[in-house]
Amino acid sequence: MMYGWTGTLLRVNLTTRQISKEPLREEWARDFIGGRGLGARYLFAEVDPQIDPLSPENKLIFATGPLTGTNASCGARYMVVTKGPLTNAITTSNSGGHWGPELKAAGYDLLIVEGRAATPCYLWIYDDRVEIRDAGHLWGKTVWEAEEHLRQELGVPDAIVASIGPAGEKLVRFACIMNDLHRAAGRSGVGAVMGSKQLKAIAVRGTGGVRLADPHAFFAAHWAMKVKLRESPVTSQGLPIYGTEVLVNVINEHGALPTRNHQQSVFERAEEISGERLTETRLVANKACFACTIACGRVTALPGEAAGKYMVTTHPHNWQIAGEGPEYEAAWALGAQCGIGDLDALIKANWLCNELGMDAISFGATVAAAMELYEKGAISLAQTEIPLTFGSAEALLVMAEKTAYREGFGHELAEGSKRMTEKFGRPELFMGVKGQEFAAYEARAIQGMGLGYATSNRGACHLKAYTVAAEILGLPRQMDPRATEGKAELTKLFQDATATVDATGLCQFLTFGIGLEEILPQLVAATGVQYTLEELLKIGERIWNLERWWNERAGLTGKDDTLPRRILEEPLPSGPAKGQVNRLGEMLPEYYRLRGWDAEGRITREKLQELGLV
Amino acid sequence: MRQLRIIPDRCTGCMQCELACSFVQTGTFQPSRSVIRVYVFDEQASYAPYTCFQCDEAWCMTACPVNAIALDPATGAKVVLDSVCVGCAVCTIACPYGTVFYNPDTHKAFKCDLCGGDPACVTACPTEAIAYVEMGQPDWLASWAQRVSTGVQALQEGGSA
Ligand code: SF4
Ligand code: SF4
Repeated sequence: MMYGWTGTLLRVNLTTRQISKEPLREEWARDFIGGRGLGARYLFAEVDPQIDPLSPENKLIFATGPLTGTNASCGARYMVVTKGPLTNAITTSNSGGHWGPELKAAGYDLLIVEGRAATPCYLWIYDDRVEIRDAGHLWGKTVWEAEEHLRQELGVPDAIVASIGPAGEKLVRFACIMNDLHRAAGRSGVGAVMGSKQLKAIAVRGTGGVRLADPHAFFAAHWAMKVKLRESPVTSQGLPIYGTEVLVNVINEHGALPTRNHQQSVFERAEEISGERLTETRLVANKACFACTIACGRVTALPGEAAGKYMVTTHPHNWQIAGEGPEYEAAWALGAQCGIGDLDALIKANWLCNELGMDAISFGATVAAAMELYEKGAISLAQTEIPLTFGSAEALLVMAEKTAYREGFGHELAEGSKRMTEKFGRPELFMGVKGQEFAAYEARAIQGMGLGYATSNRGACHLKAYTVAAEILGLPRQMDPRATEGKAELTKLFQDATATVDATGLCQFLTFGIGLEEILPQLVAATGVQYTLEELLKIGERIWNLERWWNERAGLTGKDDTLPRRILEEPLPSGPAKGQVNRLGEMLPEYYRLRGWDAEGRITREKLQELGLV
Repeated sequence: MRQLRIIPDRCTGCMQCELACSFVQTGTFQPSRSVIRVYVFDEQASYAPYTCFQCDEAWCMTACPVNAIALDPATGAKVVLDSVCVGCAVCTIACPYGTVFYNPDTHKAFKCDLCGGDPACVTACPTEAIAYVEMGQPDWLASWAQRVSTGVQALQEGGSA
């Protein structure tokens, strides 16, 4: 009997329509914990890294952690692990809400979806009853319509649904998987992988429970963590009051808010799209994910005039009711990055992204790249049909629909900015790494983020090593964002620690208030495995190396650990970080050394041995 | 006598109360066995936790054919006596609020017993949406009559103007 873990893996092959339940590999669970780690371990064992991510050979792994579904604060997460069509690398996209805990309550730690269905289908998991059902009538529906429809059709109002929207169906390279209407396993195109399998949705109802090895110790640790979260200003005030959007002003003041496809790093209209403004004018309520004691979720609504402001044809009645977001990253990508300072337009665009099922970060950033292409004359009005000028909220909203349905110029946007800028002859305007667009932090103003972006295993990503915590927020200690000293060490440490957190089933926002020290006793008490702090960091390092190794076998090399020329060579034109570039060259060799890799960034045999990977 | 006071406006829908309650009931985290339930109305941005009111005139108690629901004099809770309950589920139908449940595994009814005077949901709630406080037994009928007559009055005034 396993504790924390359910001990069971559900495998569904859509080609053969075979459904099987297997015992979880206990030694892997021990060594990789769950979520991102365990998901990567199974991917590594089962999927050839060379395959086309949108082929039936790719697998879609949904992985919970041992703390998912417990009352550990923020124990809500599941991780989608697969080969990403945006990056052609391993991707690990994580979502909260209630879906992960429901899968666990149904009795499964992991769900592995294989093959490709002949016609659109959905999965219905009700505890141990699992069915593949026809989804012909759901294909084409938005995420919100599909969720509502499925609950009614199944007659189980408590069923929790993860689904794709039109963007996933149309294989938009940054389509996401949505659950609970507004929660997204967002990046790298996991929704396109689901779409390629003709899998519209996975509805789950679980009535079982999660067992603990040592309930007394667990509750003691739970309380200690809750108290710490209440004491931290970020988790007790910043996030609950303003949400992640609290960062807009902070990052802008540091001259680190990428603006107009990274042409500037200070957005003159930041105030108008800030968390403060959102909270004052458009916030209706806070919403928590399962077991979350922070509740950063923003439920927003638009009053009459604002709701009717821009023409949107997909699903207009939804503008009249409450939706969610935008979060910081979305507000930045749709806002500052596109030069748009109209909060209502961002709220709408964000809702559209959720409803149509695409990653608001990559979508916004790709529109921004298209705007620069347009302003530089690389694409014309004849192609775009609407002037794609920076600051045009209308263009943003029109393109959101067109992209999700791959209509008109949306077909180009749907490929992501790397492929789009290449196609129109200006590859240097792609602002990202390994095919994936940057997140909302300018790497010229925050040196460590540059290293983090460059070395991330799933392309540019802020969630793999959030060095902003140290470089801007002073957590756990303040470091100079302009300096490169110590950043290699910081990045490695954050990468490893974050991988561990991602493996437990907890939310990364916890780590604003607590560290692995607080997570450790909960993990031990839940699972009964006597992990130590050193071991947890080792596990993080193991996960990181495994992902990297898989990427190596997919064809990625140290040459991919780089940044666009603009970030490395063009000094920032204005603001507090004026004159700076990212000095990646000062950090990367040290980083490789600390990682124990060779000078070209290749993983060494010794490292793999040390981590027990060979 | 203390009672559970629920302030839905404070609720964020985090389910900590369901988790805590189910742990008390089953020793595992199993929200489907919680007797406090949080209803989520996404489009209205509203979360409504609710559980047994421990009615003065408890219909569940009156309905039970074998007197398996008893009054705990210390807390005022109406408590299912497992040894007496025959699992007929009549109480689950009798309760006008739908807060008595049937456990298909044990074949018994189960409901809120106020955790014997230290409700776990109250301790668990991070937003103080649930409190365990002294509150006079509300006179539902009187407050309803009050609301209706104010409404009628307003209508009349509106009509005469
Ligand atoms: S279970 Fe229902 S009828 Fe019985 S005391 Fe509670 S609210 Fe009243
Ligand atoms: S614990 Fe409190 S905030 Fe969370 S769902 Fe229950 S009542 Fe709402």
